Amino acid sequence: MLHALLVYGDPSAAPDYESPEGQAEFQHWMQYTEELTKSGLLSRGEALQPHQTATTVRVRAGETLLTDGPFAETKEVLGGFYLVEVPDVDAALEWAAKMPNIHYGSVEVRPVVSFE
Amino acid sequence: MSPGATVALERAVREDGPRVLATLIRHLGGDFPLAEDALQDAYAAALTAWPRDGVPAVPAAWLTTAARRRAIDRLRHARALDARVRTLETLARRDPGDTPDPIDMDESSALADDRLRLLFACCHPALALSSRTALTVKSLGGLTTAQTARAFLVSDAAMYQRLVRAKRKIAAAGIPYRVPPDELLPERLAGVRLVLYLVFTEGHTASEGEALTRPDLCVEAIRLCRLLARLMPDDAETLGLLALVLLTDARRAARTGAGGAAIDLEHQDRRRWDAERIAEGRAALTRAGRLRRPGAYQLKAAIAEAHARAPSWEATDWHRIGALYAELHRREPTPVVAVNLAVAAGLADAPATGLRLLDALRREPALDDYTPLHAARAELLVRAGDLRAADGAYERAIASSANAVQRADLSARRERLHRGSSDTRPEEETPPR
Repeated sequence: MLHALLVYGDPSAAPDYESPEGQAEFQHWMQYTEELTKSGLLSRGEALQPHQTATTVRVRAGETLLTDGPFAETKEVLGGFYLVEVPDVDAALEWAAKMPNIHYGSVEVRPVVSFE
Repeated sequence: MSPGATVALERAVREDGPRVLATLIRHLGGDFPLAEDALQDAYAAALTAWPRDGVPAVPAAWLTTAARRRAIDRLRHARALDARVRTLETLARRDPGDTPDPIDMDESSALADDRLRLLFACCHPALALSSRTALTVKSLGGLTTAQTARAFLVSDAAMYQRLVRAKRKIAAAGIPYRVPPDELLPERLAGVRLVLYLVFTEGHTASEGEALTRPDLCVEAIRLCRLLARLMPDDAETLGLLALVLLTDARRAARTGAGGAAIDLEHQDRRRWDAERIAEGRAALTRAGRLRRPGAYQLKAAIAEAHARAPSWEATDWHRIGALYAELHRREPTPVVAVNLAVAAGLADAPATGLRLLDALRREPALDDYTPLHAARAELLVRAGDLRAADGAYERAIASSANAVQRADLSARRERLHRGSSDTRPEEETPPR
């Protein structure tokens, strides 16, 4: 079954990309993705541009309303996602727990709807 | 319907229902709702068949077979002719009429495993804790939704929603029906034990009038602990949990007095303790000890056992209880355990020893307003003969308590202090709520 691993984190809690910690975390993401790819479970994975680049769209009373930024004003924002084809939720939870930012961020594990 | 068949069916629903359900879920590839519906159909079929043809020799086998046939009908009806139908049709061809299927009815293997798988699914940590306890009691205890709702003191509609949501998540998220692999087993088994323990404490702490009409969660929890201990006979902490619930439940009749007032351990009439429960609990604890894998449940059970063994409060082996609390505190450094450790030390040695430990605890800001700490201090101060300080400690205890019943109890003790009588009682070493 297909599960989405939605990767959340507070950008201010993440190490600066240029710092040694940031570089180490980047390496860790590369390794993680490679490991996931090798496992044969990865269907797709993407990192998202920073939340400041987001635009939220609504249509209300026929009018299109655009808002700068993500939908909800929360500290933790969606930073990326992986789609994994796993036998059960335990496997998805195991991969989620291995996520490089799991110690300061969080991962929402959600089954993907199958329209068959 | 003849009374014999009615009684037999009621019995089968209660006693065989859960294991038949567990097996059906496996045959249906994890489709929990379909398994439940098919089982309901089988009960309905039994209502007409049993009075007419007689009660089958092995009701569980009859129900399994009947439910499988109904599941085929339902699946056909839904035109979902998938792999599940083929599996069921193969099994149906093998069904030798109404005689038991020897493979399915072998308690030691397939069926026992099915129930264990169902238990692990119902106790999966991806489900909310309140759903885990309810789903476990309903599915493995064979209760109806209405009975489960009453047991947890929520409305039928709320319980129905809770159960539906949980079952939907099991199916949609792919919560597996399996005994977890070795690397997950210790953690998941601890989760199952926790759910069973919460079911027990839910029943144990309820002393409301409604308790009389509620399906007894303590009895249900004990049944489930016995089941888990039978299915996982080499797990020391599961045996420890079984021992703990039995030894705690043994005191039940003595815990409430006339008018439903709670009676603490010190003042309970020990002749009213259930000797059979104590013996069974002790046997489980002995078996756990032989496995040489100590743990918190075993320690709590050993403390309960030390009380069970004592002929009176005064003749209690406080040294032993203190040592057990010390070991428990090493594993579980919670405030409740720390306070009980101090009280045991105060009773084993001199009140001053316990008071010193309590004073050390008081220096932690988080515990400054902790009611049990002040209550325990008051009682050790009474023992030490410092009535003025005891009065102050009671005042602090009363002021810090948010529970009206507890406040009334503390006030009564404070009153007794002024009348000159003394008594000392630690918190009962039952569950942190």
